[in-house]
Amino acid sequence: MTAAKRPPLPVILLANDLLDGEVVFWTGRGWSDRPAEALIAKDEAAAFELERAAAHALAQNKVVDAYLVDVALDAEGHAVPRHYREKIKTEGPSVRRDLGKQAGQSNLVPTGH
Amino acid sequence: MYRYDEFDARFVRERVAQFRDQVARRLDGSLTEDEFKPLRLKNGVYLQLHAYMLRVAIPYGTLSARQLRQLALIGEKYDRGYGHFTTRTNMQFNWPRLRDVPEILDLLADVEMHCIQTSGNCIRNVTADHFAGVAADEVEDPRPTAELIRQWSSLHPEFDYLPRKFKIAVTGSAHDRAVIKAHDIGLRILRNAKGEIGYEVMVGGGLGRTPMIAKTIRAFLPKHELLAYLEAVLRVYNLEGRRDNKYKARVKILVHEIGAEKFTELVEAEYAGLDGPSIDADPQEVARIAAYFAAPAYEKLAPRSSAYETAKAENRAFATWASVNLFPHKVPGYAAATISLKNIGEAPGDVTSAQMRVLADLAEKYSFDELRITHAQNVVLPHVKQDDLFAVWQALVAADLASANAGLITDIIACPGLDYCSLATARSIPIAQALAQRFANQQRQIDIGELNIKISGCINACGHHHVGHIGILGLEKSGKESYQITLGGDATLNAAIGENLGPGLAAQDVPDAIERIVDVYLKHRKADEPFIDAVRRLGLEPFKIALQETLHAPA
Ligand code: HEM
Ligand code: SF4
Repeated sequence: MTAAKRPPLPVILLANDLLDGEVVFWTGRGWSDRPAEALIAKDEAAAFELERAAAHALAQNKVVDAYLVDVALDAEGHAVPRHYREKIKTEGPSVRRDLGKQAGQSNLVPTGH
Repeated sequence: MYRYDEFDARFVRERVAQFRDQVARRLDGSLTEDEFKPLRLKNGVYLQLHAYMLRVAIPYGTLSARQLRQLALIGEKYDRGYGHFTTRTNMQFNWPRLRDVPEILDLLADVEMHCIQTSGNCIRNVTADHFAGVAADEVEDPRPTAELIRQWSSLHPEFDYLPRKFKIAVTGSAHDRAVIKAHDIGLRILRNAKGEIGYEVMVGGGLGRTPMIAKTIRAFLPKHELLAYLEAVLRVYNLEGRRDNKYKARVKILVHEIGAEKFTELVEAEYAGLDGPSIDADPQEVARIAAYFAAPAYEKLAPRSSAYETAKAENRAFATWASVNLFPHKVPGYAAATISLKNIGEAPGDVTSAQMRVLADLAEKYSFDELRITHAQNVVLPHVKQDDLFAVWQALVAADLASANAGLITDIIACPGLDYCSLATARSIPIAQALAQRFANQQRQIDIGELNIKISGCINACGHHHVGHIGILGLEKSGKESYQITLGGDATLNAAIGENLGPGLAAQDVPDAIERIVDVYLKHRKADEPFIDAVRRLGLEPFKIALQETLHAPA
């Protein structure tokens, strides 16, 4: 990924877990299924680090479909994707508020992570 | 119902073992994602927005109680307690883990089911009329043909890597309820002047970004010549179809680019060079398959049941449901019942595991252990005695499955859209829900009459919007969801692609726009004129004006 294609800052890195499919966020040390734990890159250098983390994780066969997402920060400083697609992806189906992350569910099986 | 022979059973189990091994090799890194993806797709495993998705084939939409119970179990154990029926009469599970898929496939194999050919560039699950074996206008049950094609195509190495996916649908009736003209190949069973049975062969239909209506390339193909002729069509496509551009790779583009006449010539030339008899199915095998679809042991009944008439007279809700959701059965005293999965305010096609079990019980008790899944995302109990209809209805009411809206304006087709699908440009389910709520009034729905609304969340058109009387296509416009309305589509033998009515609308304006369109119809219709006929007579103009009014209505 080149800087030209990078979404506007700030950004986070998300992906789907290879084994379980769950949407996961790069925390700086590993992958979390909780959006609140996403590492927020606010400058070019930090965004570049996220890109490196993405390339590394894909090569390690831990996640699939890893990419950067531009976010806004809510009152508590947590990242909220600006685009409606990514917002639904980090929350769960808008027509089933009882399912997905918004309902505290995760498909991630803790072993091996 | 068709039962696997030893060969079928072994084939399906081998595929499960093979996939288990492929998953293991993906996990230990010996397969890259690029290598693995086509393999998982061949087994029906997609990656959607929130999770993996597993697409289970329901060949020609026919299920037994045992099979539906197994789907209920899978939904409960490996998903979140529900499944989704699609316009291709498959079932999709939205939340399985990749690591669990081999186990799920084994559970499916236990009940003679699989996910093979539900994805990838192969011949997909063959669909058929959901009233097969029921409709009075039927020449022959289309399912033996569909099953024959399933077997032939499952094992055909030559057609395993086609330029693109390939979908075949079969109808055995004068009326098309399987949308055959929107398929790569549509087959219509008919009789010629001599009374012999054969097929009208239509090729090159499809939806997606370039919608096309299939063209007839053979008006009458003798029945026993089917497989060799299909082989000729597929060969021409396999050789001539474009592989350079995935958006131009479907057979519809080839037929369109070279013309139906030239395509027919190529097929006939190929066909002339084939050794037909060596390819065509052995008549004994055809008879073996057909025997599985023999009519169930119907009772001899009076054409009218007094118990049924009395129940209708005494219970208005039942009478309404019966008048809307029943389809006449060719055998006196029976009816086919459509069970709507379109409750007001719920996601079209979604069904809970608990509901699946209720449906399985009803099928076993009242419908010779048979269920059908329709392309309109509903379920059919094909052979219910009129005497039993009231009991069936009561059980449906208790399970929240008794919506009386089959074929009406709230019987909306909607793809999963952006709530689940990673290709989506907009949501479709909330639009379906808002429209259903707007038109919830039962009497008003009946007054409006037959009206098909079909919604897709992107140009791939999985929700059939092109052939909806009213089609709704969800797009993205300047970072917001925007909905384009089309009018005049038709999914029957009069197949037509709907025309765009004007600029896209914001989600909250869609119900108003549809209501204005319906009002134009109500104002101008003649006596019993259905919506689609009125649209044909009136043309788009009055409806365009209605849409403009929505756009300019004060907020
Ligand atoms: C992961 C979810 C899905 C993906 C990735 C997907 C992908 C696609 C794509 C790419 C096309 C366009 C094909 C073309 O024009 O060559 C398409 C068409 C279609 N899909 Fe889907 N789809 C999905 C879900 C569904 C669902 C849920 C249904 C049923 C409700 C469905 C039924 C169809 C139908 C009927 C068509 C149009 C017919 C045609 O092939 O021309 N798909 N799909
Ligand atoms: S039409 Fe688009 S949004 Fe809807 S299921 Fe198909 S690919 Fe997904």
